[in-house]
Amino acid sequence: MLILTCPCCGVTAEETEFHGGGEAHLTRHGPDSDDDQFHDYLFMRENPRGVHFERWRHVYGCGKWFHAARDTVTLEVFGTYPAQTTEPPQHIREAISARRPGWSWRGLS
Amino acid sequence: MSTRLARGGRLIDRARPVEYRFNGRRLTGFAGDTLASALLGSGQMLMGRSFKYHRPRGPVASGAEEPNALVNLGEGGRFEPNQRATTTELFEGLTATSQNHWPSLDYDVGAVNTALSRFLPAGFYYKTFMSPRPFWKHLYEPFIRKSAGLGKAPTQPDADRYEHFHHFCDVLVVGGGVAGLLAAREAGRAGARVLLMEQTAHWGGRAPVDGDRIDGQAAEDWVRHIVTELEAMENVQLRLRCMGAGVYDHGYALGYERLTDHLPGADGPRHRLWRIRAGRIVTATGAIERPLSFAGNDIPGVMLASAARDYAVNWGVSVGDRVLVVTNNDDAYRTALVLKEAGLDVPAVVDARPEGGGELARRAEAAGIRVLKGKAVAKAKGGKHVTGAVISSQAGEGAMLEEIACDAIAMSGGWSPVVHLWSHCGGKLSWDEAGAMFRPDPDLPPTGADGAGFVIAAGAANGHLMLGETLRDAAEAGARAVSELGATPASPGALPAAEAPEEAPLFPVWMMPQGAGHELRSKAWLDYQNDVKVSDVRLAAQEGYESVEHAKRYTTLGMATDQGKLSNINGLATLAQRLGTEIPKVGTTTFRPPYTPISFGAIAGEARGETFQPIRRTPIQDWHEARGAHFEPVGQWRRPYCYPQGGETHGQAVAREIDATRGSLGLLDASTLGKILVSGPDAPRFMDMLYTNMMSTLKPGKCRYGLMCSENGFLMDDGVVARIDEQTFLCHTTSGGADSVHAHMEEWLQTEWWDWKVHTANVTEQYAQIAVVGPNSRKVLEKLGGIDVSAESFRFMDWKEGVLGGVRTRLFRISFSGELSYELAVPASEGRAVWDALLGAGEEFGATPYGTEALHVMRAEKGFIMIGDETDGTVIPQDLGLDWAISKKKTDYIGKRAQMRSHMADPERWKLVGLETVDGSVLPDGAYAVAEGRNANGQRKVQGRVTSTYHSPTLGRGIAMGLVLHGPDRMGEVLDFPKVDGEVVQAKIVDQIFFDKDGEKQNV
Repeated sequence: MLILTCPCCGVTAEETEFHGGGEAHLTRHGPDSDDDQFHDYLFMRENPRGVHFERWRHVYGCGKWFHAARDTVTLEVFGTYPAQTTEPPQHIREAISARRPGWSWRGLS
Repeated sequence: MSTRLARGGRLIDRARPVEYRFNGRRLTGFAGDTLASALLGSGQMLMGRSFKYHRPRGPVASGAEEPNALVNLGEGGRFEPNQRATTTELFEGLTATSQNHWPSLDYDVGAVNTALSRFLPAGFYYKTFMSPRPFWKHLYEPFIRKSAGLGKAPTQPDADRYEHFHHFCDVLVVGGGVAGLLAAREAGRAGARVLLMEQTAHWGGRAPVDGDRIDGQAAEDWVRHIVTELEAMENVQLRLRCMGAGVYDHGYALGYERLTDHLPGADGPRHRLWRIRAGRIVTATGAIERPLSFAGNDIPGVMLASAARDYAVNWGVSVGDRVLVVTNNDDAYRTALVLKEAGLDVPAVVDARPEGGGELARRAEAAGIRVLKGKAVAKAKGGKHVTGAVISSQAGEGAMLEEIACDAIAMSGGWSPVVHLWSHCGGKLSWDEAGAMFRPDPDLPPTGADGAGFVIAAGAANGHLMLGETLRDAAEAGARAVSELGATPASPGALPAAEAPEEAPLFPVWMMPQGAGHELRSKAWLDYQNDVKVSDVRLAAQEGYESVEHAKRYTTLGMATDQGKLSNINGLATLAQRLGTEIPKVGTTTFRPPYTPISFGAIAGEARGETFQPIRRTPIQDWHEARGAHFEPVGQWRRPYCYPQGGETHGQAVAREIDATRGSLGLLDASTLGKILVSGPDAPRFMDMLYTNMMSTLKPGKCRYGLMCSENGFLMDDGVVARIDEQTFLCHTTSGGADSVHAHMEEWLQTEWWDWKVHTANVTEQYAQIAVVGPNSRKVLEKLGGIDVSAESFRFMDWKEGVLGGVRTRLFRISFSGELSYELAVPASEGRAVWDALLGAGEEFGATPYGTEALHVMRAEKGFIMIGDETDGTVIPQDLGLDWAISKKKTDYIGKRAQMRSHMADPERWKLVGLETVDGSVLPDGAYAVAEGRNANGQRKVQGRVTSTYHSPTLGRGIAMGLVLHGPDRMGEVLDFPKVDGEVVQAKIVDQIFFDKDGEKQNV
């Protein structure tokens, strides 16, 4: 059972207080996208051993969605940040680089 | 024969005899006994039968690792199977029965399996019960189910109560032996909040039994002093009878405290589940002795050397009059010495090591015990108890050198650190060649949120088996735990001085004797509980089960309650040997929590009966209950299904409610309906994305029925939207969907359109909502007065706000029944008063409260869909003929792109139609319409299914809706719906609106 810190209200809490929402930083594809783009948006997900970016919601707290950068193997949490962004902020990337030099994820590094 | 010694037994109180029953026999033990020690003291070595071959079995161990002595404990509401006699504390009136036998423990019919064991090898079930296929269901499965399983399942509700307890500490120390005590003291002295738990009822672990000395005192005295010291520390909590059950992510751990197992019927919970969040977890869980693999090593009377010693020292029980000791290490000599000192005969110590042992061996020889070096037990002799042992060379194939008569054999194959807790959350192990054991790899611990290891193994659990190094390692572990948490360890005091004899190295022995042939190997048990022998593991390897995880499942080695405690290393070594590789290359199976089984009661805790989950209540719930409503669960609500009167059946009540509503006036508590406010400058735009229809064009004062889809196009909710003002919409959702729909809105607002100026509020419970339905509904509202509800000024799909009968009300003219109908929303606090006022004013019209079933039937009569009936997560609005509610003008809405995918636009998708049975009967819910031919699996092809089906009292016949291939184009066709009993019901495809197609009743 993970411990996460909600970047909105600042509370560090047990996983039971949160709800996982799958992969972060998906780009929505609407009616003007082609079949492949839409298929990838809807179904294709990363399944990494290591660095991963996830969406979480503080359901039994402030109710806000946020993102977490996490290692799926060691369970290390590199940081959490607000969901109102299309890519991880610089300080999160640096925090990951400090612990996992050379990491990459979906074109990010 | 085992018996109670005249003296000795550090844990028992001979002044307090305790009566108990085993298999109906009345027996006596002493306070402080375990059930196993008491039974042995009463001469009862045979305690159960094995799982597969029903072989007679006695205890092998004296603690949590015991595989054989599992009993049914207690009676009635306190009956529990598979309780280990070795960890069950004796109490007055304890009742136990043995397991896995018929007709009796002494004479068991199933034991014939032993004679057949050469026909029951590893993988027997898989090999034998494969074909012919029909035999599986009718012959094999019933037979296997009957003979499988350990104890019996309880038949009565659990009479005890249980609780969860949340706890936060800096350092959790698991294990109250000398290592755990010392680690806890180091952490405690540094000021850390420490929780120390010990699974047994006693502090000190093995040290007091082993007879070593610490700081010049007997270990027992040193333990007493350090416990006193710890008890005086305010920041240290100590818990006996509390097992560290599991270690999970980020320092989460479970403790399993057995509060009243030894005091049945006492006040308070029986078990307490500690849900612990710790900064660091020190696992001082000790080590478990390994059996030796020789033929007949499962005969009652063969047990671990440490167990034989425990029974003598702790409980004053001898396991036999003539106890042969067989070992590959020095520790078992302690057992020989203890038994000799107790006045028992130790005919010999058989030591597999050609050079023999160290100081302990010399002491044994000095005590007059014969020591045979480089020798092995080739075979234990006996049936229901040991009668002797055949001695051979360890290096040979088992040729008899001599036979030694004995009635018990104490064996030791070395010690394995208890690495379970270290491993639960991913801690890795390394192979220690010298100790022939897996030990925690300090470089690969389980890691926490910060990436640092959060488990520190200490003492024997860390592979430090000798007392001196155990103490040093434990002190270091305690200090490390606090310094890693940022505290300063207390100034290091002098390390406690250990006085223990120097021990000679052990000699790994995986088969005894080394060259044993098949006959001996097929009698040498690795896993007692699951009846897995050396020959089974070798066979598995031979058949290609080379991965340890495969071999485990194929042979069942280390499954069930054992979880690798006794069988693990011996099994791995056997597999490695057969594969011609090394043990670390084979690796271990996964250690999974809990360490030993914990009760379901403890897992459930307080979440049982009424406290299982909170029930949501409407402001009118009391009235429903007083009226004797029959309730059905809807989400966490309990809604009236119907209100039976007199001796009415539910069906009769539903019919009466419908007739009254369609004939005059019905009332429905609709408070559970979801109500979500969506407000802000961008609310119209957001509403257009949420719903398939155009909501931005809705005028204030008007209502519109809307559909909501998920991003993959499927219909997820529906309901009436009322526009409150330019910037505000009130969205009604299904009763069960309110929370998920609100979450859906928030997700899109927060994670996709976060720059849109909109907020949402779930106001479901702020309002009581009542549907006033039927031809007389207008009249009753006019009687209450205050809002003009005339047909001209208040039209269908209008809403208005006002004071109705003195209460601030939002009144909607909407209908889910096809009748003239209104829904009024009032502040929740006024709900009951308004309900009562409506009943009063409606009395002259025979106002009739109706439940959810009448609601369902009436909507089906009108062909309205119901989320969860017509939809199941795979249905799109187009399937339901709801194209009129899907905007063609909008460029986008959630689900639009998905509905353009080829499969979604496929004309072969089943479409909604009405179904009318030819004979007027009611179609079974979920029934399939069959088509000609069979599919690739030999199943009948299908062309549709029933989604809603009811008896309509209005029409006096069965009506249904269903999804049917090309349904709307096949009006009038008759379909076959086979029932489960094989009978076929025929139904005609009709329009789904069965009643008042032109809406004349609604639009008056």
